[in-house]
Amino acid sequence: MTALTERLARLKNGPTSENLGLLVMLAVLVVGFAILSPRFLTAANLGSMGFQMPLLGLLTLAMLAPILSGGLNLAIVYTANVCGLTLAWTLMQFGGAEAGMAAFALGTVLALIVGALSGAVMGAVVAYVGAHPILVSLAMMIFLRGLGEFLTRGGDISGFPDYMRVLGHGSVVGIPVPLILFAVVALAWHVLLRRTPHGFSVYMTGSNQRAAQYAGLDAKRTLVLIYALSGVLCAIAGILMAARFNSVRVGHGEALLLITVLACFLGGIDPFGGHGRVVPVIIALVILQVLSSGLNLIGANQHLATAVWGLFLIAVMVLRSGRLEQMLSLIMRKDK
Amino acid sequence: MTTAPAERFALRLHKVSKAFGGVQALNKVNFEVRAGEIHCLAGENGCGKSTLIKVVTGVHQPETAELIELFGEKVDRINPVQARQMGVSVIWQDLALFPHMSVAENIAFDSLVGLTPRAVRSRDMMARSKAVLESLGVQLDLAAPLQDLQIAQRQVVAIARALMNDAKLIFMDEPTASLTQSETDRLLDIVRKLSANGVAIVFVSHRLAEVLDIAERVTVVRDGNLVGVYPTAGMTQAHLGELMTGQLIETEVTARDRSDAPTVFAAENLTRHGEFTDVSFQIRAGEVLGLTGLIGAGRTELAHVMMGMRQADGGQMRLNGASYRPSNIRKAIAQGMAYVSEDRLSLGLLQKQPIADNTVISVLRKLTTATGLISERRKAEMVRHWIRELGVKIGSPDDPISTLSGGNQQKVVLAKWLATDPKLLILDSPTVGVDVGARAGIFRIVRALADQGLAILLISDEVTEVMFNADRILHMADGRLVAEYDPRTVTVPELEEHIYA
Repeated sequence: MTALTERLARLKNGPTSENLGLLVMLAVLVVGFAILSPRFLTAANLGSMGFQMPLLGLLTLAMLAPILSGGLNLAIVYTANVCGLTLAWTLMQFGGAEAGMAAFALGTVLALIVGALSGAVMGAVVAYVGAHPILVSLAMMIFLRGLGEFLTRGGDISGFPDYMRVLGHGSVVGIPVPLILFAVVALAWHVLLRRTPHGFSVYMTGSNQRAAQYAGLDAKRTLVLIYALSGVLCAIAGILMAARFNSVRVGHGEALLLITVLACFLGGIDPFGGHGRVVPVIIALVILQVLSSGLNLIGANQHLATAVWGLFLIAVMVLRSGRLEQMLSLIMRKDK
Repeated sequence: MTTAPAERFALRLHKVSKAFGGVQALNKVNFEVRAGEIHCLAGENGCGKSTLIKVVTGVHQPETAELIELFGEKVDRINPVQARQMGVSVIWQDLALFPHMSVAENIAFDSLVGLTPRAVRSRDMMARSKAVLESLGVQLDLAAPLQDLQIAQRQVVAIARALMNDAKLIFMDEPTASLTQSETDRLLDIVRKLSANGVAIVFVSHRLAEVLDIAERVTVVRDGNLVGVYPTAGMTQAHLGELMTGQLIETEVTARDRSDAPTVFAAENLTRHGEFTDVSFQIRAGEVLGLTGLIGAGRTELAHVMMGMRQADGGQMRLNGASYRPSNIRKAIAQGMAYVSEDRLSLGLLQKQPIADNTVISVLRKLTTATGLISERRKAEMVRHWIRELGVKIGSPDDPISTLSGGNQQKVVLAKWLATDPKLLILDSPTVGVDVGARAGIFRIVRALADQGLAILLISDEVTEVMFNADRILHMADGRLVAEYDPRTVTVPELEEHIYA
């Protein structure tokens, strides 16, 4: 009996309830859009959602880990851009559209290195200098943007080998390749954060860096590593962007930056660090994608979708705080 | 001191009851405070002390109450605003002050806020704050931001703020918990001064010595029931402890001779400029070495050097016979050192994280499998083992550690370090904010660990704590070890005299 009540209590308060609430929200949205638009539950729409979501998803995961560590990474989009540029230049060196698979492999490795490096630099400054992550990553963001625009003269680089289309537009047994890539990365991210000593350190450092150090964790190394890994995810996102758009341009995906923060908070990540999980964030991403695609299908403007995202987040925060009743009673009293 | 019929009461509560859910927090409790009296409210955590305070201040409404009387005036219901207007103030342990505001702004806070906009008259505010501080015999920089003040000074600011509201009855919740002995003495002087001016003080403290020192009478509450009201004259700490916990508290010297045991740790002429000088001592296996002295004597700094968190400027350390000079805390831990910080709230534990994670945080290596992943099964086993071993009372291991009482939190801190299998355990003021019954439990564990051969350095500024729990006592003053005492041949008053002289 007590075991049962305990289980119920945990279901009510634990991460499962977080997931449950989001899943209910998702179900309501899916049913709603399915009723409003007959095209919503078609393979074509689901497929296009599967192609659109992974880019935002990868960037969100890159944002998630630094937030868990008590920080933020505002440089994610420009890190992705510069990593994409790294790949693009490598391909250009080997003949552009004619470049072979080996050139692509080399470009990928170089892009990952650039991503990891830019992340590690941010992490090192945050950890060893003690500067605020918002300032550090903002500085890195401006640096990467300026550097990228200087090197590309503000233009774009395009004309990649055909096989890259598979990465951006291909499907395996009906599942979009970008979605598979995202699923693999998300699983790895989940395992890294929840099951490895490094992930454990990220949560502890995010919760209270000094206490974590007193307990013998290497909080500084943890920070360097998690920002570097965030940079690696940006690189993957940058490569995917290059493949999807068949071009690289500094500023591509700029609008996604704040959406990634939105997705993290919608997924229940503690803005002050130390708490949050990958799974609810992924559900939150799906919700955002459903909202955007659904609104698009029923003929609403894309900008309206953005506005709805914002409203949605405010609503979620109100619901989550459990203060709805109090607020209502307050409003009632004021009326009197 | 006679019970004259004209005796005036600041507060009279008769048969007050309050329940939360199924828990009877207060069960027909009587509580009386005379005007100008220093009265102590004693009891273990969760006994109903806070509920009682909250009833008086109108935060909670009692279910039933035969009589509620404030300053001779019968009241049916108290609400917080009314309580404050009548002159009741509470200084909670966290003080509820504003760190970024100035001392004067903090003191005058209640006259600054309000629904009607009005100009803040800075000069007037300064003058009034200054007057209040002067009445307490304290000088503070009125313009300094509160966060620049030491805790003891902030405490004074909180008192001054209460006086600004013409408080005639002040509740002080654990006011000395984070103060050193000399700061405590100064605070107690201020409390006596308030009492002489006719302000009644209700003092809540875990430090029994202090309670007996300052209060005229003590009301003891246990599990929501009134145990009794006693004059402090003639009361002993042991007896008061028994009344509070309902169990016998051992106050016996437990010291034993460990001079045959091998030396685990030795410091030779250890020096860190500006903190301590030429410190030499040894700790043997199975020995509890007490280290006492006033704060600022360099005790915590010494512990930090032993843990590699700071580096010594001179001298040497040896651990198990080998030269020992850790460059950071991780190396110290790897070599068998463990450190229970004096600041459990912000350094000893990660308050918002689960009990389980706080238990295993220092031994992640022991939990990983060949794949490098943490084994959930091994983690759960380890947590279960230590929770049982140390008798920690918890709900679920996934609950945040902040949900536990101070005593149970400290047991988790011990568990965390014992899991690392240490050779030397440093306990830095291990019973701050831990109630009497739980203290005894913690020291039983400490003694059992020593019996198993663990070397323990017990740092404390409570003389009785080292007296009853250490095998030898070192006295540190101004960064030097000035004397060594054997608890079996020295008495508490003698020791106190040496340390506070």
